[in-house]
Amino acid sequence: MDNNITDRMEKVSYRNLPSKLSLALLALVLTFSISNSAFASTTVLPTQAADTTAGEALFKANCAACHKLGKKATGPALRGVGDKYDREWLYSWIKNSTAMVKSGDAQAVAIYEEYNKSVMTSFPALTNADIDNIIAYTYTQPKTVVLPPTPPGTESSGGGVSNNIILGILSLVFLMLVVILYLVNNTLRNFAKSQGIEVEEKEARTPIWKLFIQNQFLVLVTSILLLLTAGYFGYGYLMQVGVDQGYAPVQPIHYSHRIHAGENQIDCNYCHSSARKSKHSGIPSLNVCMNCHKNIGEVAAETQLQGEQEFGVDYNAEIQKLYKAVGWDEENQAYTGVTEPVKWVRIHNLPDFAYFNHSQHVTVGGIECQKCHGPVEEMEIMSQHSPLTMGWCINCHRETNIKVEGNDYYTKIHDELAKKYGKDKLTAAEMGGLECGKCHY
Amino acid sequence: MITNMKSLINIAVVLVATVALVSCSEQGKPNFQYMPNMYEPVGYETYGEYEVFAGQMEAMLPAEGTIPRGWMPYDYEDTTEGLNLAKAELTNPLEVSLESLAEGKALYDIYCAVCHGTKGDGQGILMQREKILGIPSYADPGRNITEGGVYHVQMYGLNSMGSYASQTNELERWQITQHVMNLKAALKGEPLIAPKVATEETTEQELESMPEEGHGSTEH
Repeated sequence: MDNNITDRMEKVSYRNLPSKLSLALLALVLTFSISNSAFASTTVLPTQAADTTAGEALFKANCAACHKLGKKATGPALRGVGDKYDREWLYSWIKNSTAMVKSGDAQAVAIYEEYNKSVMTSFPALTNADIDNIIAYTYTQPKTVVLPPTPPGTESSGGGVSNNIILGILSLVFLMLVVILYLVNNTLRNFAKSQGIEVEEKEARTPIWKLFIQNQFLVLVTSILLLLTAGYFGYGYLMQVGVDQGYAPVQPIHYSHRIHAGENQIDCNYCHSSARKSKHSGIPSLNVCMNCHKNIGEVAAETQLQGEQEFGVDYNAEIQKLYKAVGWDEENQAYTGVTEPVKWVRIHNLPDFAYFNHSQHVTVGGIECQKCHGPVEEMEIMSQHSPLTMGWCINCHRETNIKVEGNDYYTKIHDELAKKYGKDKLTAAEMGGLECGKCHY
Repeated sequence: MITNMKSLINIAVVLVATVALVSCSEQGKPNFQYMPNMYEPVGYETYGEYEVFAGQMEAMLPAEGTIPRGWMPYDYEDTTEGLNLAKAELTNPLEVSLESLAEGKALYDIYCAVCHGTKGDGQGILMQREKILGIPSYADPGRNITEGGVYHVQMYGLNSMGSYASQTNELERWQITQHVMNLKAALKGEPLIAPKVATEETTEQELESMPEEGHGSTEH
């Protein structure tokens, strides 16, 4: 991972160097970064003779659910825990903490009380050597990923702004060209005058527009063409009124579907759980966010870097917005009770006169979310993929076969309709999916 | 020459105008509507913002003392004692059927598998990508996983795991519980839960569809 970052750093900061030189530099820095990171992850205090790599694996598998190194989580922060407690005490605590609390050990009871009487899981399977390794791992210093200084000019939101700048510069150049041509023309004329050269004046002709008006056929054809073009564009304009395809408002918290649904492959239904069984595909309440973000207070360094460079977003700051809204005190790992609403901007919105039911499509029909919402798992910023017009609905109802499997309640009607239309598969339209009253009431 | 100049200027004006028009069209605002009073709902809409509500939010918690549909009061408290009690005495009222097992698997894959893994071995995608760490296997010897305990934890959450009560209803939680118990049995190499009245064939099918790997991982 470190390599990737340095690789990216390289590309950005040395873009202007001759390619050969930069390649050589790249190789050099890569070798350095590899050896560096190798050292960083195995830094051990001289007194520790234990295996931190094994300790890291054990820590991640067993302890990390409740403990972080530098921060309080469900349990206390574990960096340097070997100094706080006697080694023998730690062995017996980790192997069976409940028994120690019961036996009335002063330290054990103290920590049990401090952490709201939450019981630490017993790990009888860990050997003393394993525990030594884990403790050794807790002394390692956090790996620091150095963010490259953002080169001037390429900060934050790249695409749109730079495009506008280029367009602006182009039009400026064009304007200057016009002015220069005008000035040159003027000077030439003045020059000709002073030299006494007669500039040839063209003999007066009937202006072209008069000729055009005199030719009635041309006028007729042009006006018909004009009317047709106006009609075409006018129709196009009127048809897009009320259609919000591509609508991508700025949301109060920059939530990336690309990271959640794409990279982390979280099912759409995880957050939008009501899509399975109600009309609405609900916007998740913040407790659903906290299911994961109670643990994930900051994103991985690479993700943060990508956010800053590609999208101009500080993901960690966005998580802090969530904590503020839900009233989560990260320091004390507790809810403060002070909350504030997150005013998400609704994107997909059907007019009030149309009825749409998510569960009918998601659960009964078994239709993929992406069919209507598009490749959400690739969207950094959510936008409306489909036009959501009536024609679009109808078209899908005509083309899509209904799912009859596992739908005992309607088996009879499915069979009879199949007989009536003389085919195995029924489309939604043949089931009555085009009737006005199905969606308008 | 003069006519040339004029046409040049005309072209310039048109170009600047188009550039201005193109740059003005933005994605951040909704489009115009024909008849907004037919589009906009008269009643209070889901997730709407209205002055009558506290915090202007239509979305609110259920009134205190009410029970949502599909729910039953849950008597065990969100404490260690409550968890132990549920572990000891709470049992799954749901009859085992192929449907409930299939439903439980589908729900488990949505809500639990991101962390706990499709096999229940604690190797979900978030664990593999090191987003969330330390997810134990269901077969972990330090954890005595019982039906009641599984249900209780879904209800209230435990330690770093949050509550899933808002995303599932009572029936769904018991279906998930069935699947979790099956995963645990598969990991430990014990016999799986199967429908009582099922014929031998269906039981075999069920057994085959369950994950095969992870047997004998008790030694971890």
